[in-house]
Amino acid sequence: MAKTQIHTPMTHTGSITSYIIGFVLSVALTLGAYYLVVNHVLDGTKLLATIVGLAIAQLIVQLIFFLHMNKEAKPRWNLMVFSFMVLVVFIVVIGSIWVMYNLDYNMMPKEELEQHMIHESEKGF
Amino acid sequence: MLGRLTLDALPHDPIVLGGVISMLGGGLAAVIGLTYFKKWKWLWKEWLTSLDPKKIGVMYLVVAILMLIRGGVDALMMRTQQATSVDGSQGFLSADHFQQVFSAHGTMMIFFVAMGLIFAVMNLLIPLMIGARDVAFPFLNSVSFWLFVSGMMLMNISLMIGEFSAAGWLAYPPLSGLEYSPGVGVDYWIWALQLSGIGSLLSGVNFFVTILKMRAPGMTLMKMPIFVWSCLGSLILIMFAFPILTATLGMLSLDRLIGTHFFTSDLGGNPMMYVNLIWAWGHPEVYILILPVFGIFSEVVATFSRKQLFGYTSMVWAIGAITLLSFTVWLHHFFTMGGGANVNAFFGIMTMIISVPTGVKVFNWLFTMYRGKVRFATPMLWFMGFIATFVIGGVTGVLMSVPAIDFQVHNSLFLVAHFHNMIIGGVVFGIFAGITYWWPKFTGFKLNEKLGASAFWCWLIGFILAFLPLYALGLMGATRRLNHYDSTTGWQPLFIVAAIGVLFIAFGLMLQVIQVAYSIWKRKEYAVDSNDPWSSGRTLEWATTSPPQEYNFASTPQITTRDAFWEMKETGKSVFGKAEDIYIPKNSATGVLIGITAIGLGFGIVWHIWWLVIVTGITILALLIQRLSTDDTERLLPAKEVAAIEKAHGGITA
Amino acid sequence: MSQHALVVKDKTLSGFWAYLMTDLVLFATLFATYGVLRNNIANGPSGKDIFDMPFVLVETMLLLTSSFTAGLAMIALHRRQAKTMVMLLLATFALGAGFLGMELYEFNHLVHEGHSWRESAFLSAFFTLVGTHGLHILVGLVWLSVLFGQLIKKGITEHTERRLLLFSMFWHFLDIVWIFIFTFVYLVGVM
Repeated sequence: MAKTQIHTPMTHTGSITSYIIGFVLSVALTLGAYYLVVNHVLDGTKLLATIVGLAIAQLIVQLIFFLHMNKEAKPRWNLMVFSFMVLVVFIVVIGSIWVMYNLDYNMMPKEELEQHMIHESEKGF
Repeated sequence: MLGRLTLDALPHDPIVLGGVISMLGGGLAAVIGLTYFKKWKWLWKEWLTSLDPKKIGVMYLVVAILMLIRGGVDALMMRTQQATSVDGSQGFLSADHFQQVFSAHGTMMIFFVAMGLIFAVMNLLIPLMIGARDVAFPFLNSVSFWLFVSGMMLMNISLMIGEFSAAGWLAYPPLSGLEYSPGVGVDYWIWALQLSGIGSLLSGVNFFVTILKMRAPGMTLMKMPIFVWSCLGSLILIMFAFPILTATLGMLSLDRLIGTHFFTSDLGGNPMMYVNLIWAWGHPEVYILILPVFGIFSEVVATFSRKQLFGYTSMVWAIGAITLLSFTVWLHHFFTMGGGANVNAFFGIMTMIISVPTGVKVFNWLFTMYRGKVRFATPMLWFMGFIATFVIGGVTGVLMSVPAIDFQVHNSLFLVAHFHNMIIGGVVFGIFAGITYWWPKFTGFKLNEKLGASAFWCWLIGFILAFLPLYALGLMGATRRLNHYDSTTGWQPLFIVAAIGVLFIAFGLMLQVIQVAYSIWKRKEYAVDSNDPWSSGRTLEWATTSPPQEYNFASTPQITTRDAFWEMKETGKSVFGKAEDIYIPKNSATGVLIGITAIGLGFGIVWHIWWLVIVTGITILALLIQRLSTDDTERLLPAKEVAAIEKAHGGITA
Repeated sequence: MSQHALVVKDKTLSGFWAYLMTDLVLFATLFATYGVLRNNIANGPSGKDIFDMPFVLVETMLLLTSSFTAGLAMIALHRRQAKTMVMLLLATFALGAGFLGMELYEFNHLVHEGHSWRESAFLSAFFTLVGTHGLHILVGLVWLSVLFGQLIKKGITEHTERRLLLFSMFWHFLDIVWIFIFTFVYLVGVM
């Protein structure tokens, strides 16, 4: 058996402090997103971008403070596998939505398409 | 009590009945044979409950070859039907039966033949090639295999009880929805795939960890044999593509079972979303099958050219590029669905790009042969056949990546010819090359070369006769899956040629069966006199005994270079040390029991026998909890005993 | 721990990590489907009509806290404070069960209102995505119960320790999936 050093995500159990920081940050991020949406502080795309940003921030917080991914010894297999997973998820989710949206647009029944055109032209360029 | 199951489910059609009788007859003969020769205990202890990946690999191989024969019979039936069903004649298959046959052929060949063969070679070779004793999770490996078997069994049960899917091998909705396929066929299809798919997923994780964590010390990634690299690419694809299949089949199943509206045509459902998702799995699946075969050919061509593989680094990069890019081309399977020009152009270009790394590999193989001392043994013949057929398939593939051309040949026999070029000329030829090449390693004797060469020529000629006419037919407008056509189309002569081609292939397959039987009979005569029977082996598996002991290597090799065994022969410096204490996993019956119970689970869901679903579900859970609470799963083989075994078998440390 | 036990632990944790990645791809497929079908409400309600946001916020906090207690339990395990660990795991179980109970209540409520998964593609995708997560929570709870049994019988050994570590990884990831369900299903749904 290879006598390589042992490195796994949970070898560093972290400290109580790190869990408390992670927990407080996660609660804050959750409440922040909730507040923004429920009270309509921003609108439309800006709001969407912000809450997606907050979700990703919470993901990173939990990866670092709960799963200690930053403490993994080299070679960082777990990080690599995780990154590839994120890439695939991105391709599948964004790709599917793009493909299907494009299909819906192109296959729109004629009346709907006309409605859509009027709606779009009203918005102006 | 029995859900939808009634006596009507038993076969009425004489052709189906014939199939059932021959299958049951074969099973019965096996049972009688095992009882007569008192081999039950041997079978149970040495094979079924074994956690040794080499044995599991052999079992994968046996199942896959049996299914290859069954899928081949389906192919013969289709070709006969299409050669004869013209004008007044309706052929010998009813339309519905014909649909079931082509659905079964595709499903069988991809999921239970090609996947089975790939897992067979992975089980047999990955641990040996990386200098490891075992896979990362031996018990999980057994569960994967038995889930594969349970899916296979479920699919074969559909022949005897009820019907199989008539919706094609990927069962597009709304045809596969409840409205148009109210019977059990599609449910059989879903659950056969679901069970074996979960098995594949678990295997993917298992071998992935094996390669990353269990390589012999000193074997850095860039010193791994190229076969292991290609498997790594394939395994990454399995890990990230199979969950998509699981989820998609799950949703189709929910549509059929509890009335959801994912892929129905009413209440907001979107059938095209199914097509989108199934190909998001389906395209990586193509590369899951072909990548390991690229690896096999890389090993074969280096060994039989007695030269180092040309362009190792570029091979690795090509594998990496293919692994990533194969997730970005899935839409080329449905250019015609009505997406816009931007979407089609993007996926068309990505498809053209992915052919580049594959081209790199073809040149690397050719340059490996260049100025080598090439020996045309059977594996090399398969390689030459592969290059010819695979390049034709590749070129037609690139042709179809142009959306405008795809609109013309979509759903035609041109496409059918293309992917058979890839799957037969690529995957099947590659596996045959691999089997012949590694056969002496795992049995201790070689296969008869003459019969092997004859089989190859039958396959090659048969392949050309069976599939080149399909390109022409496709361009003449023949769509796939036709059970009848008019003679005025002028298609019949070409269909007859194709049918003759399939006969050649069947003959080739028969020769292979004879080859194996004859070689076993003459095994003393064909016995190999060294652990390195081709005398030009390069990788670690050739260093150990033939067949290898259950622990593979008596001592863990210390690797310093690529092609470690070749280097060892050249320099005379052994990478092995003294025999060591070795942990060996104990046999476990849990895998077999889970497999058998899973058949019940699938059967229950297919027929809506809910009590059976509950009972088998709880049983599987209990089996898993029992096993996962067991701490004592390994036994220790002391170094002394290892040394004794090695001495008796002429092993590496003897 | 012996070298052999360390190697087994290393392999198992890495393997489970890899498995979790595949599970996330499964969730991603369900997310993609939800993303495509979320506006296909047919004649049924939209997210705005049926989501009870304060209720969901409480659910979210329960699961987040249970992820936190599971993490603390691992520190106790590391320090071999068996009692503290069991208390924290019991808290994890209770919070997880509370979360699952609330989710079942929400589902039951919707079905009673006539908004089941049969009503529209949006509801099918909603029930399946959220339900699959709930099913994972259920698996986690069953797993934790089995681990309690093992702890009573065997105490903290190399085997039970490894299994507890695996469980905590699983549990943290379920919370991570929930962040995205909370954001993309509930928050975006009522935007």
